[in-house]
Amino acid sequence: MANPELALLVAIPILAATLPLFLGLRFDRVGWPIALVVAIVEVALASVVVWRVFTERAAGGAYTHHLGGYPREYGIELVADPLSASVVALVAVVALVVLGYARRGGPRRNSFYAAYLLLCGGLMGATLTGDVFNLFVFLEIVGLATYALVAADRSGRSALAALKYLIIGTAGASLYLVGAGYIFVATGTLNMLELQEAIPETVGYTDPLVIASFGFVAVGLGVKAAVFPLHTWMPDAYAESPDTVTAYISGLVSTVGAYALGRLIYTVYTPAFFEAVPLAADVLVAVATVSIVAGSVLAVMQPDVKRMLAYSSVAQFGMIVAAFGLATQQALLGGVIHLIGHGLMKTGLFLAVGVLATAYGVRTVRRYANVGYRAPLTSAALGTLLLALVGVPPSIGFLGKWYIAWGAIEAGAAIVAGVVFFSTLLTLLYAARLLEALYFTPSHLVQGGVPADDITAYPDGGVEDGDAPGDVPGDVPGDAPGDVPGDAPGDAPEDGRGDEDGHVDRIEPVDPSVSVGMVAVAALLAFVAVALGFAGPAMEAFLEPFLQEVL
Amino acid sequence: MSLAGLGVQAPLLLGQVSQPMLLDQFTQPLLLDQLSLRYAYATFAILLAVGLYMMVASPNLVKKVIGLNMFQSAIFLFFVATAYMHGGSVPVIPTEGGAVGEYASPLPHVIVLTAIVVGVSLTAVALALIVRIYTEYGTLDERTIREVVDDNG
Repeated sequence: MANPELALLVAIPILAATLPLFLGLRFDRVGWPIALVVAIVEVALASVVVWRVFTERAAGGAYTHHLGGYPREYGIELVADPLSASVVALVAVVALVVLGYARRGGPRRNSFYAAYLLLCGGLMGATLTGDVFNLFVFLEIVGLATYALVAADRSGRSALAALKYLIIGTAGASLYLVGAGYIFVATGTLNMLELQEAIPETVGYTDPLVIASFGFVAVGLGVKAAVFPLHTWMPDAYAESPDTVTAYISGLVSTVGAYALGRLIYTVYTPAFFEAVPLAADVLVAVATVSIVAGSVLAVMQPDVKRMLAYSSVAQFGMIVAAFGLATQQALLGGVIHLIGHGLMKTGLFLAVGVLATAYGVRTVRRYANVGYRAPLTSAALGTLLLALVGVPPSIGFLGKWYIAWGAIEAGAAIVAGVVFFSTLLTLLYAARLLEALYFTPSHLVQGGVPADDITAYPDGGVEDGDAPGDVPGDVPGDAPGDVPGDAPGDAPEDGRGDEDGHVDRIEPVDPSVSVGMVAVAALLAFVAVALGFAGPAMEAFLEPFLQEVL
Repeated sequence: MSLAGLGVQAPLLLGQVSQPMLLDQFTQPLLLDQLSLRYAYATFAILLAVGLYMMVASPNLVKKVIGLNMFQSAIFLFFVATAYMHGGSVPVIPTEGGAVGEYASPLPHVIVLTAIVVGVSLTAVALALIVRIYTEYGTLDERTIREVVDDNG
């Protein structure tokens, strides 16, 4: 079948990734416009795919594209179903939204945008492919682009984080390849749908080769999805990479890793494998449950905001993998919703954190003191997204956790349901720590805190003038104490104390380059995360055909 | 991608792998034959373990990357070994068709070629990162770098 939009989704960004490099020989700063055009095209193609999946899959037809016109017995097949269409939409939207931040906030070199587009194409490919070996190739393309992006600010620390990620990530992908090799040897095919039929027909689910291949695949993709104890690359990679990159990869790279795991479990091994080998499901759920608790506990202990959010991802992916392992309809629905929701929320959170770090130089929870009043819009977005991550309704975070907990009770896994609830409390603990700092901690109590008033000196873009705050505040931090009381007499007592202690002087030099776009994208994602909280029935209807098919 | 379409029967391939039950079902290999078939799988396992150990245990970043390469090479060996057909010919089939007898499965070779390309690009990126790290810290020893990083906060 020929549905070229599926191939174009993958091919356009990969081909366009060469343009910033080639055109960069003649022109400066062409990366961003090229990436913007490609991202818009990707969003358009993704909406076509989502629309066609929604309208046509309901009729029961397959929505596939055979590369090169070869049927799936010989060639590689791209498949869109409700699950892959959801992730395709997520990738396209996040790639576009992050560009809104990258224009001012990100690395501006053309090579950065080449890697940016390559990552986008790799993610699309990994999401759409219906071939287990092709999935490996796309996962490695994703990996390559991610390692380059993590090191994009060219510092030693980020290079170290990228190398750690490279070694662990490649080892994980290689283990996945061993698993794919085992299943290929057992059945003689690499196509996912063919494998689905071939495994029970040729060797059966309890064959040692099939069980071993599942083990390798689960461990390999567990590394990519950062499930405890395979998560160690994640905090370093997220914390050391530039803010733009963190937002981009946190929402997508591990998401696609977890997606691949879900795809393999449900399309290749199928729940019948879990019935034949209950141990596999039990181990998967147990590891994922440990991951939820460990990730949450580690997150609470982090002083650095980005590191805290990275550990929170470990917990959230644990929840998603647990949902995949439970294999009930509600749990799987919740897992997919949380997969998408977590991608949106984490991207938004890291964008907001990036705005605050750029505007005020604050990166630790302590130094967030009182920032809520200085950057109201960004902080409101940050707070909303944190509450959504906790699972306060109405938000997509609530929907995902609700369905997962419901599925866990349905499957009789009371421990998992309990852990989901417990982890919500733990999420609340670290979210509340940040919220308390943002709104309820007077800044003069904190060494190096941001002074409470003089808002115009540090516009976060959403306050009033936004677009070109560059010239005004550049010189402020150093000599601020002198002018402050005059500007805003109401807050003078508080600030006076701050001045006497000399704390204000310790603010890092501010890079005054926050644009309206940077704040707007964070606010947009916060809005989307809440709005999708009302879209539960719609998402259920969209994913229904997939759930019916695999369960 | 499927072997059935390429004229190789899956069970034939299965006979190559350590699958006692199926092996008996389809072939009656001599002990020597089995050994000649399986030493490749033993080497695969050993190389995989050695590569993993190097990645974990060596403090030298370049040696870690070498370990990673060995880890991947082990997997290439595994794929090539599964394609091996005792007494089989090269998988070049004339377009006019006709019986060609047994031949080695070409698909795993294609997979290995692709995987080698992936491995080479990963090694290139890894070495580029190591060059960056070396210019920044002046050493390739992981422990020394960690000390420097910790000291700088």
